[in-house]
Amino acid sequence: MIIARVVGTVIATQKQEAHEGKKILLLQPLNLEGQPAGDVVVGLDAVDAGIGDRVLVVQEGFSAMTSVGHTESPIDAAVIGFVDQVELE
Amino acid sequence: MYLGKVIGRVVCSIKDEALESKTLLLVKRLPDGPCVVAIDAVGAGASETVYVCRGREAAFAFAGKEVPTEATIVGIVDEVQKAQ
Repeated sequence: MIIARVVGTVIATQKQEAHEGKKILLLQPLNLEGQPAGDVVVGLDAVDAGIGDRVLVVQEGFSAMTSVGHTESPIDAAVIGFVDQVELE
Repeated sequence: MYLGKVIGRVVCSIKDEALESKTLLLVKRLPDGPCVVAIDAVGAGASETVYVCRGREAAFAFAGKEVPTEATIVGIVDEVQKAQ
């Protein structure tokens, strides 16, 4: 899983049935300093996250599908939690 | 999944049976990523912004069929709302 910042939402009228009624979020992965690192990914929302939130993102199919309640559907990333705090040793 | 732009189409006359009647599109990852060949599941067309599902999950776009794909266009993007 990765930590990311929600940087946008995607509006799509024509899409897969399994994506209907779900928020589609643009997610900027963050490094340990909290700075943007890597390419923006698109993920479905399972926790009602919004722009500006720091979130936990799963990038594995089965977990992503399960979190949004649609197994056997084309979903490879989902937001599954809010990150309140990261503690480093 | 990621955002991409349809920049072309690929025609294959000889291909896996499961790919018959499927449209193969060239999609460039936004903003300036690499280009991949993706199967279209939503009726996308030239220069449209789309989002692409990758990996094993990409095949689930074609319910009940074992389609050999690792990248499938699963939505056409109307609008992206970004943080101010």
